[in-house]
Amino acid sequence: MSNIDRIVEGQMLDESAWLELGEFCAYLRVERHWVSQLVEAGVLEPRGAAPEAWSFPASALVRARATARLVNDLGVNLAGAAVILDLIDERDRLERRLAEIERLLDR
Amino acid sequence: MRFKDYYQVMGVARDASQEDIKRAYRKLARKYHPDVSKEKDAEEKFKELQEAHEVLKDPEKRAAYDQLGANWRQGQDFRPPPDWGKGFEYSRGGGEAPGEFSDFFSELFGERSPFGRSTRGGGRAGRGFSAAGQDHVARVEIDLEDAFRGGTRTIELRSPEMTADGHVVVKPRTLRVSIPAGVTDGQQIRLAGQGSPGIGGGPSGDLFLEVSIRPHRLFKAEGRDVTLTLPVAPWEAALGENVSVPTLGGSVDMKLPAGARAGQKLRLRGRGLPGNPPGDQYVLLKIVLPPDGPRARQLFEQMKREVPFDPRADLGQ
Repeated sequence: MSNIDRIVEGQMLDESAWLELGEFCAYLRVERHWVSQLVEAGVLEPRGAAPEAWSFPASALVRARATARLVNDLGVNLAGAAVILDLIDERDRLERRLAEIERLLDR
Repeated sequence: MRFKDYYQVMGVARDASQEDIKRAYRKLARKYHPDVSKEKDAEEKFKELQEAHEVLKDPEKRAAYDQLGANWRQGQDFRPPPDWGKGFEYSRGGGEAPGEFSDFFSELFGERSPFGRSTRGGGRAGRGFSAAGQDHVARVEIDLEDAFRGGTRTIELRSPEMTADGHVVVKPRTLRVSIPAGVTDGQQIRLAGQGSPGIGGGPSGDLFLEVSIRPHRLFKAEGRDVTLTLPVAPWEAALGENVSVPTLGGSVDMKLPAGARAGQKLRLRGRGLPGNPPGDQYVLLKIVLPPDGPRARQLFEQMKREVPFDPRADLGQ
């Protein structure tokens, strides 16, 4: 296929990319209402006080998608998903720390 | 195609109640959910589980599946019976994510099966109907070196596409994607219009690539910063020394301060992954003893005699 010959360039969504509520919803193809619920449950922490002033870091897209998967697949509610995501972050942080310490001890 | 033993996948008996199946699904979903699980092949196992659950949770699909008989084994070569689906009345539509499931599933329960046809097919592709294509999220694994230098990756995708007569078929697709230098673990790249094609003139969906960086033999990356554990000899730590340190961009000289401690972190500014600002490289010192030998032993014994030092003085014994 012609796609193979062509190299596709994408838009980097790094920490410098902040998305307004409308844009954020468009990327996820969800209603504003759902995103508001995520903010209310503490899953997402946007910059800005009111919804019209909210902006989200691109990393929040990953978190929002993970939330949708957890809610759909495990039958947890948003508050439960928030707890799971926080615990996963904490586990990952501890694993990195542990790996660092093991490297110091083992070699 | 290969037969799928959905009861085996879910770890339940063939006469399990719907309640048992629900419980087994919840339990295994917690174990293999790709967002939660650290199990190897979690993603694949979770997909298998979802597929099995999609069939067994639905009494109609389950009854049809049971009619295939109990003698099939997981992975056995399988052809669907010619009268597949006859005599059942289907009230519900196809799967939640048929594009993700096996050939076995799509043939028996997917959009082209009697299960799919009963509710889809008709109105959806009718005149005047249009819808945006689906977005896709794909994960790409790259090496830290690729993240440092950038490069291109070929990725394989399977995306559901609607045919002219309203059926959904899963088509494999290959895409060459440019990975920009300085991409970090967990970062996303959005490829506008590279998701599923729209229906009836609707716009194509987008493809979101989630980058994950494979563990590296020497460097540990966190964001744009990288950490290297550097072994140093006791005298290098004590006296200070210029040492050669590997970085992603090649070796650089680093001045080790006199009196360096084990576990001390030194920073090489701007030697991490590129970006604005670029990341730093941290060098974590680890003091290693020379291999045992008569000369080393002799010198340590001399230090023991001549250097007044009690490493346990603070323990208060």
